[in-house]
Amino acid sequence: MEKFIKLTATAVPLETENIDTDQIIPARFLKATDKAGFGENLFRDWRYTKDENLNPDFSLNNPSYAGPILVAGDNFGCGSSREHAAWALKAYGFKVVVSSYFADIFKGNALNNGLLPVQVSPEFLEKLFDYLNSQPSGEIIVDLENQQISIKDSGEAENFEIDPYKKTCMLNGYDDIDFLLSRRNAIKKYEDKQLQI
Amino acid sequence: MKKTLFDKIWDSHVVESIPNGPDVLYIDKHLIHEVTSPQAFNELKERGISVYRPDKIVATADHNTPTLNQHLPIKDLLSRKQLSELTQNCEENNIQLYGLGHPYNGIVHVMAPELGITQPGMTIVCGDSHTSTHGAFGTIAFGIGTSQVAQVFASQCLLVEKPKKMRVNVNGKLKKGVLPKDVILYIISKLGTNSGTGYFCEYAGDVFENMSMEGRMTVCNMSIEMGARGGLIAPDDTTFNYVEGKEFAPKGEEFEKRKAYWKTLKTDENAVFDKEVSFEAEDIEPMVTYGTNPGMGIKLTGSIPTGAGKSADKALEYMGFVQGESLLDKPVNWIFIGSCTNSRIEDFRVAASYIKGKQKAANVNALIVPGSRQVADQIKAEGLQEIFENAGFTLRQPGCSACLAMNDDKIPAGEYCVSTSNRNFEGRQGQGARTILASPLTAAATAVAGKLVDFTKSLN
Repeated sequence: MEKFIKLTATAVPLETENIDTDQIIPARFLKATDKAGFGENLFRDWRYTKDENLNPDFSLNNPSYAGPILVAGDNFGCGSSREHAAWALKAYGFKVVVSSYFADIFKGNALNNGLLPVQVSPEFLEKLFDYLNSQPSGEIIVDLENQQISIKDSGEAENFEIDPYKKTCMLNGYDDIDFLLSRRNAIKKYEDKQLQI
Repeated sequence: MKKTLFDKIWDSHVVESIPNGPDVLYIDKHLIHEVTSPQAFNELKERGISVYRPDKIVATADHNTPTLNQHLPIKDLLSRKQLSELTQNCEENNIQLYGLGHPYNGIVHVMAPELGITQPGMTIVCGDSHTSTHGAFGTIAFGIGTSQVAQVFASQCLLVEKPKKMRVNVNGKLKKGVLPKDVILYIISKLGTNSGTGYFCEYAGDVFENMSMEGRMTVCNMSIEMGARGGLIAPDDTTFNYVEGKEFAPKGEEFEKRKAYWKTLKTDENAVFDKEVSFEAEDIEPMVTYGTNPGMGIKLTGSIPTGAGKSADKALEYMGFVQGESLLDKPVNWIFIGSCTNSRIEDFRVAASYIKGKQKAANVNALIVPGSRQVADQIKAEGLQEIFENAGFTLRQPGCSACLAMNDDKIPAGEYCVSTSNRNFEGRQGQGARTILASPLTAAATAVAGKLVDFTKSLN
C-alpha cells in the first residue's frame, strides 16, 4: 500500500449529502474481476447525462476544480459494502475524502486502500465549501502525522481522529494482511482452545 | 460486569487485543459470492498465500445471476466470467460452492440460514452489507469490504475495533397488515440513515420475541440502512426450533449441548447500552418510502413531509413527488417481490394469501423472485405458484435480481417500482428507476390495484 504522510493540494467540492456507494460506482460496473478501471465509472450516472455526454453541472466536470482531495456532504459512503467505491475514487486520482460523517464500511475500505477519510465538524465542512466556492484553486493541507486539516490561505485548521493502528498503517504503507499473518500462532492457539470447549 | 448479548459473542471471539488498536476477531463462518471475492483471491495469489481455513467458507452465486433460463450459458460475457472465476477459485482452494443450478443455490443471506450454516453465537462475515441478516439468530454478522475478505482468507480473522452498542425496543401488538418490513422501515424513518453508524444494534421487546425467524431476518437485514454494522436478536425457542434439523446444524446430543450454550446468549439485566430507544407497536402502520434513502419513509396513508431541505428536494425531484402529497392512488407499473430482505417462504405466503382469487392489474409488470432454490421448491409444494400464476404472475428463478439490477432485471427509467428490497437509492434498480420500499403485502396489493392503495381495510 502507498504511504500517506502529508498532502497540500487543490480539491473538488461535492456538496450532496448521503452519497451512497451505488452513486460512487453503480452496480452494473461491478462485473470486473480485478481492481483496475473503476475510475472511469466513478459517479457515472451523475457525471454523464442520459445521452452519455459529460454533465456540465456536476462538479467533477467543472474545469475550475481539480485535485486529489474530494470534499463531500454529510454521511459519505453509506449503503453497499462494495470496495469498488474506494477503488473507483482512488483510480480517479483521489487520495483524501473529507466529510462530516462517513459510513463504517466505506471508512474501513478507504483506509485499506490508502484513501484517507478525514472527518471534520459540520462547521468546518461548511468553511471548506465556502472556501472552494470562492476560490476554486485554493489549497487544503492534510497532515496525517499531526492529524490536522487546514485551509492554506487562511490557516484555519481542525484536528481529526483516526484509529492509532490505522494511522501507523497509512504512514508506513502497511496493511492488515501483513499484521494478521504475523499473528498466526495466536490464532492457532485460539482455535485449539475452542476445540476443547 | 453485566454484559450485553453482543459483548458475550464478541468477547468470546477475541483472539487478542492490540493496545490502542483494534481486536483480532475470530470468524466462524465466511460467506462469499461472485462479485466481491475475485479481487481477494487475486490478492492472495499475488502474495503467494493460501486460504487458511477453507472449511469455514461457503460460496454461492447470487448477485450477478440471471433469473430466467439458468440452465443455459449466461449471455453477458462479464457476468459469465465472474461466475466461472468463482467456480475456479473455489475449486483451487477447496471451498464448498453452491453454484447456479445446485439445489442449495440462492441469495447468500437466504440459503445460509435455511441450510443451518447460520447458528447462534457465531461470528459471520461476507462481502455484502446485508450480512447483518444473520443477526436474527443471535450472531455477530456484518458486511466487509474485499480487502477484509482477503484478510479472512489469509487468517480466518479480522482486525476490527469493537463497535458501540445500541438497543431498539418495540413492545405491544402490531396492527393487522403490519409486517416486520414495516417495523424496520418505521424504525429507520424515526432514527435516520446514520443513527446506527459505529453501533451494533440489538432489537428487543415482545414484537421481536413474537416474530418468526423470517421476520427477524427482515428486521436485522436492514440494520445497515440506519448505518449500523449489524443488528441482532437474542436466540430463543423460535430460533432453536428453526435451526434444529437443518442440513448443517448440529445433530442429536451435540445439538442439545449447543442449545444449552445458546440459551446463555442474552443481554444481562441492567447491562448498559451506549444508546437506547423505544417504540410502541401500536404506532406502526404499513410503510412506504418516498425518497432516495431508506430513512425517507412515511406510513402508507401519510403524506410527504414539508420543509426538509436541499437533499430532500433533490430526492423528491428524482422521485417525481412534491412535498405534502400522499402516495395513495399513485399509479405503479412495476413491483418486485424478492431480495435478501423479503424473499423467504413467509413473504410469498403473505403475498399469495392476498393475491388468491384476485388478478394482477393490467398495467403492472411483476418480478417475483424467490431467495433460493429451496424457497422456490417450497412455493411450488405449497401451491403458491399456482395462486401466483392464476392471478397472472410468473415466478423467476432465485437471485438478487432487481434489488441491485446487476443482471437483466432492471426497472425502466422514470418508472415507479414498489419493491420489497432494501435500498431506494438513485438508479439502484436501473438507471432512472424510482423505488418505493414496502412490505410484500403492500407490493402484492399494489400489483392487484395497479396503484398504491390502503389495503388494510380489506384484510379480514
